[in-house]
Amino acid sequence: MIEMQDVFMTYPNGVVALNGISVKINQAEFVYIVGHSGAGKSTFTKLMFREEVPMKGKITVNDQDISKLKWKDVPYFRRNIGVVYQDFRLLPKLTVYENIAFALEVIEETPKNIRKRVMKVLDQVGLKNKARFIPDELSGGEQQRVAIARAIVNRPSILIADEPTGNLDPDTSWEIMRILEEINSGGTTIVMATHSKEIVNTVRKRVIAMEDGIIVRDEHRGEYGYEI
Amino acid sequence: MKFSTLKRHFKEGARNTWRNSWMTIASIGAVTTTLILVGVFLVVILNLNHIANKLEEDVQIKALIELTAEQTDVDQLEADIKAIPKVDTVEFLTKEEELENLIESMGEQGQAWTLYEQDNPLNDAFVVQTTDPLDTEDVASQIEQMENIKSVNFGQDYVDKLFTFNQYARNVGLVLIFALVFTAIFLISNTIKITILARKKEIGIMKLVGATNSFIRWPFFVEGMILGILGSILPILIILIGYYYLERSGVTIQQFNFVQILPFNPFAFQIAGIIVGIGVCIGVWGSLMSVRKFLKV
Repeated sequence: MIEMQDVFMTYPNGVVALNGISVKINQAEFVYIVGHSGAGKSTFTKLMFREEVPMKGKITVNDQDISKLKWKDVPYFRRNIGVVYQDFRLLPKLTVYENIAFALEVIEETPKNIRKRVMKVLDQVGLKNKARFIPDELSGGEQQRVAIARAIVNRPSILIADEPTGNLDPDTSWEIMRILEEINSGGTTIVMATHSKEIVNTVRKRVIAMEDGIIVRDEHRGEYGYEI
Repeated sequence: MKFSTLKRHFKEGARNTWRNSWMTIASIGAVTTTLILVGVFLVVILNLNHIANKLEEDVQIKALIELTAEQTDVDQLEADIKAIPKVDTVEFLTKEEELENLIESMGEQGQAWTLYEQDNPLNDAFVVQTTDPLDTEDVASQIEQMENIKSVNFGQDYVDKLFTFNQYARNVGLVLIFALVFTAIFLISNTIKITILARKKEIGIMKLVGATNSFIRWPFFVEGMILGILGSILPILIILIGYYYLERSGVTIQQFNFVQILPFNPFAFQIAGIIVGIGVCIGVWGSLMSVRKFLKV
């Protein structure tokens, strides 16, 4: 569960990103965050991941007040949250398998468990036969699937996706959406920032629309609502 | 930490060292230069100290007795000197023994002095040794005031000069070494900064998936350690080989009463240990310095 109460966020350069946000997202929900560039979508996701700390307000993630989290506790907090970005952020020199295993090595999982879990998650995203490929040998959609696999291999309760289909063609985007929905059906909360009207209007979920750092609309089974 | 994790850190650290070979060579060069100077400096200073201490142990007071003194006066003097609390031993030296010593110590030229064996111009003397070398001057002045003492001399002046020189050399050396150590640390931290820049993306991903700072820091720590150890190999060889031959050549410095330099074993090995220790400290310090600011993400 994610809860924000009256959150304000101003960047050091004076840009006001969030101007008083209160929202509650339940476990296993699928939420779209929509809005124009600069509306505060990215800041919203960064705050949930403790990449940024709010100037004011309280953010609770899984019953933990993360605005008060100490620096040394941040890594442990992050292990319970998966993140996927538009640009995939894979390590180019490592194979698909190694990229995913990396996430488990870092949290000091045993080699035996690493093998088991990486193979399982590769199966889940349909890339079992590409385990030995390096990212450059894969299509964009496949690379994003690897990124998703890496994000969920640690079985997080929340998956944050910042424009996951932003660099992908429509067909591939649907494929990614199918995987995200499948992950969601397993009980993982998904928060997805997106610009894709088509996706939001087709795969109907809760929609939180932002403008100038505030929430202007919050609807269940909502629509994108903007003209592109 | 799990063993597999530790293995991973060492592999990573070694790989980074190899990957930036040019910067690695530059930092190793800096460490090597620093450590050679540290090593030579230590050898010189410790040996000077050793010699000064040895000489100080040997500092004796030579109290010359007036020619006019009777045997009873001499006995009285001996008793008086022995009565001074800080005195350890008192030895009577006849003028004949003294002349003999003199002739011996002058070698060839000393032969001329044999002429004086018939009519010895020297005085009988007491050779006095104090319990603590530092009291020499004090005791000497007390003896000087006694009756039937012609004059007193002791080598303290000489030893004082040596100690002063030593002190001076030590201060200059320390300043020099600190400057060099900082240069080496700076170079190492720059080398590692380049490794970090090259791995910025990787570090970002590590943070993303919940790596702790210490996990991220370890490979760099290992890299610094490797640079320090590699940098200390040449200095150690130079010190070990150099000192071995120095000792074997039997250098004794005449002016220093033939005091021997410190023995190769264990001295040279102790210096080698210190060199590795300083090398590793420089490496680790340099690496941790450069990683610090990259971790606040």
